[in-house]
Amino acid sequence: MSDAWEIVIGLEVHVQLHTRAKVFASASWGFGKEPNEQVDPVVLGLPGTLPVVNREAVEKAILFGLVVDAEIPEQCAWDRKNYFYPDNPKNYQLTQKDFPVTMGGKVEIELPGAARNIMGEHKWIRIHHAHLEEDVGKLSHSGSGSLVDYNRAGVPLLEIVTEPDLRSAAEASAFLNALVVKLTQAGVADCDMEKGQLRCDANVSVRRVGDTQLGTRTETKNLNSISGVRDCIIYESKRQIAQIEAGNKITQETRGWNAEMSRGYVLRDKEDAHDYRYFPDPDIPTLKISRETVNRLKKHVPEAPFDRQRRYIEKLNLPYTAASVLIADKALADWFETAVAAHPTNAAGIANWAANDLLRELSAQSGTEVGSDETPAVKISLDSCLIKPAQLAGLVKLTDEGVISKQQAKEVFTEMFSTGKDALAIVEAKGLRQNSDTGELEKIVAEVIADPAVAKSIAEYRAGNEKAINALKGPIMKRTQGKANPVMIDQLLRKLLG
Amino acid sequence: MAEEIYQLSATEISSRLAAGKLTSRAVVEALISRYHQLNKKIGAFTSLDEKDVLAQADASDARRKAGKVLSPLDGIPVAIKENIAVKGQPLTCSSKMLANLISPYDAHVVEALKSAGAIIYGRLNMDEFAMGSSTENSAIQKTFNPWDLTRIPGGSSGGSAASLASGLVPLALGSDTGGSIRQPASHCGIVGMKPTYGLVSRFGLVAFASSLDQIGPMARTVADCELLLNVLASPDARDMTCFDSTQRNQLPVASEKSLRIGVPKGVLGKGVGAEVAAATQAAIDFYKSKGATIIEVDLPSSDLAVPTYYVVATAEASSNLARYDGVRYGHRSANAKTPIEMMTNSRSEGFGPEVKRRILLGTFVLSAGYADAYYVRALRARSKIRAEHLAALEKVDMILSPTVPTPAFKVGEKVSDPLQLYLEDIFTIPANLAGLPALSVPCGKSGHLPVGFHLVGAPLSESKLFAAAQLFESAHSFANQQPTL
Repeated sequence: MSDAWEIVIGLEVHVQLHTRAKVFASASWGFGKEPNEQVDPVVLGLPGTLPVVNREAVEKAILFGLVVDAEIPEQCAWDRKNYFYPDNPKNYQLTQKDFPVTMGGKVEIELPGAARNIMGEHKWIRIHHAHLEEDVGKLSHSGSGSLVDYNRAGVPLLEIVTEPDLRSAAEASAFLNALVVKLTQAGVADCDMEKGQLRCDANVSVRRVGDTQLGTRTETKNLNSISGVRDCIIYESKRQIAQIEAGNKITQETRGWNAEMSRGYVLRDKEDAHDYRYFPDPDIPTLKISRETVNRLKKHVPEAPFDRQRRYIEKLNLPYTAASVLIADKALADWFETAVAAHPTNAAGIANWAANDLLRELSAQSGTEVGSDETPAVKISLDSCLIKPAQLAGLVKLTDEGVISKQQAKEVFTEMFSTGKDALAIVEAKGLRQNSDTGELEKIVAEVIADPAVAKSIAEYRAGNEKAINALKGPIMKRTQGKANPVMIDQLLRKLLG
Repeated sequence: MAEEIYQLSATEISSRLAAGKLTSRAVVEALISRYHQLNKKIGAFTSLDEKDVLAQADASDARRKAGKVLSPLDGIPVAIKENIAVKGQPLTCSSKMLANLISPYDAHVVEALKSAGAIIYGRLNMDEFAMGSSTENSAIQKTFNPWDLTRIPGGSSGGSAASLASGLVPLALGSDTGGSIRQPASHCGIVGMKPTYGLVSRFGLVAFASSLDQIGPMARTVADCELLLNVLASPDARDMTCFDSTQRNQLPVASEKSLRIGVPKGVLGKGVGAEVAAATQAAIDFYKSKGATIIEVDLPSSDLAVPTYYVVATAEASSNLARYDGVRYGHRSANAKTPIEMMTNSRSEGFGPEVKRRILLGTFVLSAGYADAYYVRALRARSKIRAEHLAALEKVDMILSPTVPTPAFKVGEKVSDPLQLYLEDIFTIPANLAGLPALSVPCGKSGHLPVGFHLVGAPLSESKLFAAAQLFESAHSFANQQPTL
């Protein structure tokens, strides 16, 4: 029997959709309000109130489907999931059991490469379906009793259910990162995990390599960070393997996760499983999804991040690292492409500025850490960026044409970032322009050549010592106060020395 | 000729107001005085804010003086069943559970009535959460049949029917899930209609069984009933099952032929009281004499209607009533240590026995392992019943039957026999299951007790039903009838 184990993981990802109003009520929602400020009679489930489907939430869910190549059914419907809990205002949750808003789909992921600058393996993870439901409130317990806040109740929640295609904690992390990039780039969701906008349930089972039957799975509920998902999968798979190796059976159970202790615990086993008494919600008629709506939303599907990565590397000759940094942020990648359009001959040069200097300055400005684990899409705002794409293109162009040196370009960039001025204007104002006036420079070069102090170097150069020519460049630079274009100096020297 | 104000129909009040022969204040004052005289005896109203209704009447009179009359209903009192939301008023559903609840919003129908200038006049008793056929399930008070105070008025809109029959108000709103408008209308000798499902917004109607519930008009004449329905029926985006303006304009094609009335096979047979059968037969004969074609229709699944109803309605009710847990509003148990215990105890203490019975039944029929045998099968039976009715209504304009098999029974007579009580709705339930419009029209007496006949039509054929009912009413003496009290 093989000692090698395979871990099989399926995820259920709950994402709060980016909408103005709640999913079945007109009350608004958002972070940082006083408890029970964002409620209305419908949210509170007052007698006589009825749900009305928020079209914006349905369209965001359809857009998600289009982003992951899912099938968008002709119609979807809602069911009632009945269970009693004080955070659940109606004591039933409106969800989609039999007719979800999207069916199928797939998400491309990239696993970590051998090194930071080496592309990792790519893999496709299938999505089973996604359904649109309502979030519940929050119950908190204090010494004197329990308190409930319904601000979160009724927030549109898209539950994205994967097939059991993930095989490691690293794959699960890569999947969630790729999903977050897709959701945020399409404007479907903000996925701010610190605000609880993305929560995850992990179904984990293990089997010996080569086995075709799936092992008994456990479901760990309510993981609220990507690192939590990763840690939980590592913990739970180790636990299951140890159990089996000790001759025990895995119990099908629902588990919780204690992030501080990095430990899982049993919530309830199969016998205690809820009977949710699902039935079709009689208040919401079956919702038809017109093909016009689907076609209209198709126009809002952004280029898939990894398609963009391939295009940058293959067509624009970007290095892997720069391409990967750019595609993680749609606004930055779009910004980059606008810049390239203004100066198409050096995309790699522009990418280098955008992915390094610009991103670093923007991150420093907004106080976020670049590329930390929990924020795969770096939270930067290009809205407040003073440099416009064409201006960065202008800077690269000046460097490419030899008007300023790379060293000078750094100084110009810093000035551009803080003032928003054109590169050329800064170069002129600071007198940084390298002297490219051939006539004037030729006169200076001729004068230097005529200087007896350099006669020895000239003789050596003419004797075939290439490096000897460099001794003449210093005095020329000195006489031009460093403004001469080194390339032109070299060309002129060679011409005049014959 | 009716001379007392309380005896006037809404249509008559409307024309007297228009002619300047009457003021809204005079109407309201007369009704308040009648209320003081009779309500304790009848138990129809649960509350009446006299200051408020007088202020509404004065506002209406002022509008009229200024030439700004809002509608034919301007200045006319309309009483509201306890399960329809009126902003600032109790919304008890005649339950201990909601005894202290004040609604923070108006139901769509209440908004519509206010826009029409109608006076939102007092609240009417009902069976708790509209579950019952006698109004005996009210946790607030008993209501008695004005024609015989030892008998029930019917239910669940018993307060509505009794208030009309005793001249306490000219118009009232009821709600109908399985016959809750039409059965008490028949027992109290008034007119009551359950509209096509979707014609009237349910926004603000406390749900019993969402796929069956409709708010409807109740009055002492057919014309009044139609006048009230016209105000209630308008599109409302807050109820997704309410027809939009396009849907409500898809009226059934008017028949070129003379009236065709369907009578279900054996409808006057087993279980129907002799005098009820005779009164119904007289109505059939009347239509025949007026040139209508009487056609026997076959509705083989009708026997399934009552059991189907008690599965579908209780399943939905078990979920709809889950929200009453004492957490946000309503009765909260003082004897609880944990949130879950608080919810459990609040429900045990707050609901009456019939409501508990239906919640338990509904929970059972939806449970894993039983849902297929009960709930899913009931949905299939429901589709069949609807299909059979729609097929029959292709051949006839409407289907006629008694409204209730027997006249009003004695208070307490059937309290211990819920199954017998459920049969009260045998003729009215199919219209709810099929979503069809139906009304009850008074057609005679069984002894001293009024009885009505029942007409069911195709979707959106309300005006056809009213026209047929009007034809009957005009030729008989049951319009605007009131017992001597």
